[in-house]
Amino acid sequence: MKEEIIISGRNLPYIDPVLNIWHWQIPLYLFVGGMAAALIFFSAYFYIRGRGDELKTSVQIAPILAPFVIVIGLIALLLDLRHPAYFWQLYTTIRLDSPMSWGAWTLGVIMPLSVIWPLTYLKEIKEYFSNSGKKVKGLIQWVENMVNSIKYLRLTIEWFTKYRYQMAWVNAVLAIILGVYTGILLSAFNARPLWNTSILGPLFLVSGLSTGAAVIMWMSRSTKERMIFSRIDLLLIAVEIFFIVHLFMGFLASGAVQIEAAQLFLGGEYTAIFWAGVVMVGLVIPAILETMELYGYHIPISIPALLILIGGLLFRFIMVEAGQVTRYLY
Amino acid sequence: MRYAMTMDTKKCVGCSDCVVACQTENNVPLGYCRDWIVEKTEGTYPHLNMELRSERCNHCENTPCVRTCPTGASHVIEGGIVKVTPEECIGCGACIQACPYDSRYFHPDGYVDKCTFCDHRVKKGQTTACVAVCPTKCLTFGDLDDPNSDVSKLLRDRKWKVLAPETGTKPHVFFLT
Repeated sequence: MKEEIIISGRNLPYIDPVLNIWHWQIPLYLFVGGMAAALIFFSAYFYIRGRGDELKTSVQIAPILAPFVIVIGLIALLLDLRHPAYFWQLYTTIRLDSPMSWGAWTLGVIMPLSVIWPLTYLKEIKEYFSNSGKKVKGLIQWVENMVNSIKYLRLTIEWFTKYRYQMAWVNAVLAIILGVYTGILLSAFNARPLWNTSILGPLFLVSGLSTGAAVIMWMSRSTKERMIFSRIDLLLIAVEIFFIVHLFMGFLASGAVQIEAAQLFLGGEYTAIFWAGVVMVGLVIPAILETMELYGYHIPISIPALLILIGGLLFRFIMVEAGQVTRYLY
Repeated sequence: MRYAMTMDTKKCVGCSDCVVACQTENNVPLGYCRDWIVEKTEGTYPHLNMELRSERCNHCENTPCVRTCPTGASHVIEGGIVKVTPEECIGCGACIQACPYDSRYFHPDGYVDKCTFCDHRVKKGQTTACVAVCPTKCLTFGDLDDPNSDVSKLLRDRKWKVLAPETGTKPHVFFLT
């Protein structure tokens, strides 16, 4: 038998013995980024389809969460930077080769748009929260007063309200870029075999859309809208499971390092947490619950929604951590 | 001008002089290194085969680190040397993820740091610090475009390999075997 021992004299912090430079910030950002992309996409898509009055929550109400989750993501990203005082360097150049540059610019544009969209629906949001606590109502009132008292802000919002249709198209495209970007960010690294597959972009997009759909159906007060999003979510879960199977089939049919990467999930150290936590709890169980709901059983919508969110978050944590374990040996 | 280095695995004794010379010359912070020794043992006792390598940034021709850098802090200078501008680096770690050789690290001050092929010395016509101190003369530095340079001659006369060629990086550090 041939044995091999490699001893390296290198012991760099965060790099040896196993690469560990991205911690909780990146997976958290990938999660909220994907969710924001979904909230913005669904609102834009159903607005373009002219179903804004029918699907009130997704078009008018839920997008109010988008700027908040994007801010959480931006804070996480800033905390991840080791040279944070220089973050503005991202906006001094456009680098088409670098997914991170794409992401930075997309976030830079989508952030203000995500604030403006709910501002054009202030009246409807006020109505939705009319039974909520004093603090929420006070906050909405404060925002409304501010918009009304600052002339240019009011005119801007009026202008965007007028051109909402065009804005919806821009939002839909940017949301898709943002959603795909969360996966492409990882797949662009050829040095980490687990990430280096082009299916990761679509997989993260679909996973993000399903977390967004979960949030919308959780927030919705109309049975019809809940049913529609429950169905959308079911479809997304089916596609996601297909992509996951596809991911591992691709790895097993690939080179040595990628077969090794797949083994981490097929008997290796991430097997249990991935198949039980992500696939069972995050995909299969919510899919079963949603199917039961469609057949008339009453299931509190918060259960499948929460499971999908947990599964989505866990999926990103596992992918980011496991990806850094995989490498080329020479 | 294409700078390259050859490393003779048959001559290296693993003394780590190159590592210390680099740390001293480049003021590398304590606990960090820009080059390092790898000892690879194959076989079953007593039938063993050992290879010693002095590794560093490979100053690749196809640079995944430069490609993924969102600000352009990672860049290639004259002669194909890959460098980082600290004032442009935001410390996002993309280049560290992108490097199959893990030859980059976060400097304690936040920016990404790595081997520079001692470009400050090379500019003055000197060789790199690691090459200058190597007691067995297993390291050689030179210009690939010049057919009469020492590296070109060694690559013609000797068998060699590069690390992880399957990543498509086209390294400029060659290991003579």
